[in-house]
Amino acid sequence: MLHTVNKSPFEKNSLETCLRLIDESSSILLIEDGVYGALKNTSVSDSVINAQKTTKIYVLGPDLKARGLDKSSLISNIEIIDYKGFVNLTIENEKIQNWL
Amino acid sequence: MLFGILVNEGPYQHQASDSAYLFAKAAIEEGHKIFRVFFYHDGVNNGTRLATPPQDDRHIPNRWSELAKEHEIDLVLCVAAAQRRGMVDPDEMKRNKKDADNIAEKFRISGLGQLIEAGVQAERLITFGD
Repeated sequence: MLHTVNKSPFEKNSLETCLRLIDESSSILLIEDGVYGALKNTSVSDSVINAQKTTKIYVLGPDLKARGLDKSSLISNIEIIDYKGFVNLTIENEKIQNWL
Repeated sequence: MLFGILVNEGPYQHQASDSAYLFAKAAIEEGHKIFRVFFYHDGVNNGTRLATPPQDDRHIPNRWSELAKEHEIDLVLCVAAAQRRGMVDPDEMKRNKKDADNIAEKFRISGLGQLIEAGVQAERLITFGD
């Protein structure tokens, strides 16, 4: 199951809720302000790193760039993808949960 | 693969309309089809033909119309959400005795059943909103 999170974890608790419900069959894609959840050394990075033990986490590159961020600010092993990658994730996963 | 897209947020408000458009465009470029884009809540404001954004800015309603024209995409505004927000097509204009309509090319107004149908017919339904 693919989860997309579009809110900053410092604004809303949708990432936190999502992380509580995932399992090993889940993937998470951070889009829009959700990309802030991929930053290292924040109050949520430990929970994100912990989730990486079971779940693959992706971040949408164009949204990262729009916010002046790049790979150097991210937690390691978070994969940066483009819109084409986003489309492919929605195909690989039969079910999609868009957290708003 | 056949996609349905749900847009719950107005244009130029956060990012939902842009994300939905860029997703639809990427899916088409990858050889997939968009069955329908359903605009709900403030999302119906994507369908106005009276918008005049600055010339150096993207024209969100026109962008949808052009994509729909090129790729045969059904653009549907929820009727109840449209009535509340003053989005009117020629039929609704007559029915509600209004003095104008304001719906952009290739958009149409219909009911929530169209969203359910998109969920049934499309293999994936992706929601963009706020």
